[in-house]
Amino acid sequence: MSFDIALFLTQDGLTNGAIYALMALALVLVFAVTRVIFVPQGEFLAYGALTLASLEAGKLPGTIWLLLALGILAFLFDLPGLLRQRRARAALQSATWNLAVPLLIAALVYVMATEQTARPVQIALTCALVVPLGPLLYRVAYQPIADAPVLVLLIVSVALHFALSGLGLLLFGAEGVRTAPFSDASFTAGALVVSGQSLWVYACSVVLMALLYLFFDRTLYGKALRATAVNRIGARLSGISTVFAGRASFLLAASIGVFSGVLIAPITTIYYDTGFLVGLKGFVGAIIGGLISYPLAAAGALLVGLLESFASFYASAFKEVIVFTLIIPVLLWLSLRTHHDEEEE
Amino acid sequence: MPDALLEASLVSVAYGKVRAVQEVSLRVAPGTVVSVIGANGAGKTTLLCALMGLLPCTGGVRYAGEDVRELTTERRVARGLSLVAERRELFGSMSVHDNLLLGAFHRRRDPATHADLEAVFERFPRLRERHRQQASTLSGGERQMLALGRALMARPRLLMLDEPSLGLAPLIVHEIFRIVRELKDNGVSILLVEQNARAALQIADYGYVLETGAMALEGPARELEHDPRVVETYLGLGGKEDRERRTRGHGGVDRAGS
Ligand SMILES: Nc1ncnc2c1ncn2[C@@H]1O[C@H](COP(=O)(O)OP(=O)(O)OP(=O)(O)O)[C@@H](O)[C@H]1O
Ligand SMILES: [Mg+2]
Repeated sequence: MSFDIALFLTQDGLTNGAIYALMALALVLVFAVTRVIFVPQGEFLAYGALTLASLEAGKLPGTIWLLLALGILAFLFDLPGLLRQRRARAALQSATWNLAVPLLIAALVYVMATEQTARPVQIALTCALVVPLGPLLYRVAYQPIADAPVLVLLIVSVALHFALSGLGLLLFGAEGVRTAPFSDASFTAGALVVSGQSLWVYACSVVLMALLYLFFDRTLYGKALRATAVNRIGARLSGISTVFAGRASFLLAASIGVFSGVLIAPITTIYYDTGFLVGLKGFVGAIIGGLISYPLAAAGALLVGLLESFASFYASAFKEVIVFTLIIPVLLWLSLRTHHDEEEE
Repeated sequence: MPDALLEASLVSVAYGKVRAVQEVSLRVAPGTVVSVIGANGAGKTTLLCALMGLLPCTGGVRYAGEDVRELTTERRVARGLSLVAERRELFGSMSVHDNLLLGAFHRRRDPATHADLEAVFERFPRLRERHRQQASTLSGGERQMLALGRALMARPRLLMLDEPSLGLAPLIVHEIFRIVRELKDNGVSILLVEQNARAALQIADYGYVLETGAMALEGPARELEHDPRVVETYLGLGGKEDRERRTRGHGGVDRAGS
């Protein structure tokens, strides 16, 4: 392999790796706070990309219906508790967030979708449509069983993944989409040609990671989420609601997912079921970080991206096999290490 | 009789089929210190966890005239009910400062939290010295101070303390009890659970004795102190030895006290 090819593969691997790293961060975050291994994380990416593509084509994105339906469902889930407690404020809150806000977003998108709108507007609409799905899914699927064992939560995640990718097929169809790039520019440095979109991916991922870091390190809400991850009982005794923490972590996970979808859609063709594989590679990265460490998870995901890129050059038919085989030695090592930790305690 | 701040009536708690607390009733009048004493496994911690909403229970729990049984732990904290748990439940990998700050989470829009943080640092100068340090690096005594400080950041009306002297050196225990007295003078009501019966009754206005999950005895603390049954079981030599054994059992070497 020549140096040029290696450079090209590295660039390609880093671009994908950056997206995997974002997935990995979201997975670690959700797991730390709620103990949920969020298998459908990648679905947010696919939904984000597909929604943006619909808007770009001047079509009404199917996500509208999903948002409205989930909102109604979440409200119905709240209803028994509201009737029992008879607290006007709680009822108003539930109606606002589950019914009024989704309806408002849907109405806005309905009006704007067929108009010729600028790219930033389309992205904003995409976020408004897909991000609320995160907390709504938490309300409907996980909140009722928040104290269940990790395995039960995992089973729910797998079921949710099948439901969401099935719905993706229904809402968006089987065709793949590719959105217009943010920039057509490309830069040449010696033999290396870097596309503008790759640079966008790098820059945006780095900025997003920095923002996440600041959020967790500096803000009270970020600290409250960390506290929940560190000591659930301690958090409750400090007045931090587990429900709040769960919804907030799903909100962040959905935001990261949509953001990644918007970034990657101009480079990779996204189908309704692409999300799963992307999420799974993020998961391999997250596992390398032991599902605890954010920096290790991100580094692991970058490694996955690079490995995949080089594997596709040498043995493209086996690239997935090679990537997922990576997880075996890591798991072995982790299981040995965890065992050791338990003995120490 | 004035309205109780906290009133538990016929509270029962079970772990599966094991009934740990059975039909226990207790009241805490505003501005008083109430102690619950009892041996290992009597159900003291279980009772406090139920009052705090961490464990499901049957029976009635009223706080400030309101039935709180439907309320989550977080809501009870927001209403002014706080618990310093037996295991302290600190955020080990976070700084002392952040631990304290999070204690005031439900008052996050209240600008007075900064003044309260300052007040906690005044009260526990050791915490100020270590405010950047991770909570997990603190000594036993410092941990207890941090747990207490974190609970105070919530501005409780009723503070429940689960064995605050557990595993601490006598000097620190003394300090903790001094603070409890100070809090009472500031109008905070206190429900104190202790195995250190002597100290707990000395500081209390009213006392309860919990035995194998049920209330065996209750009365004004001055009377309980002289009740022959209490003296024999909890204040005599036997009680003290038991306590010492326990302290060692918990690995209670206290670096803060040395
Ligand atoms: N998680 C649990 N599962 C099952 N049984 C439990 C659990 N926690 C406590 N118990 C049992 O309930 C009873 C009461 O325990 P609890 O911890 O409330 O006692 P305690 O009075 O606080 O004791 P100590 O002085 O040792 O702290 C004990 O018999 C204990 O074995
Ligand atoms: Mg106890």
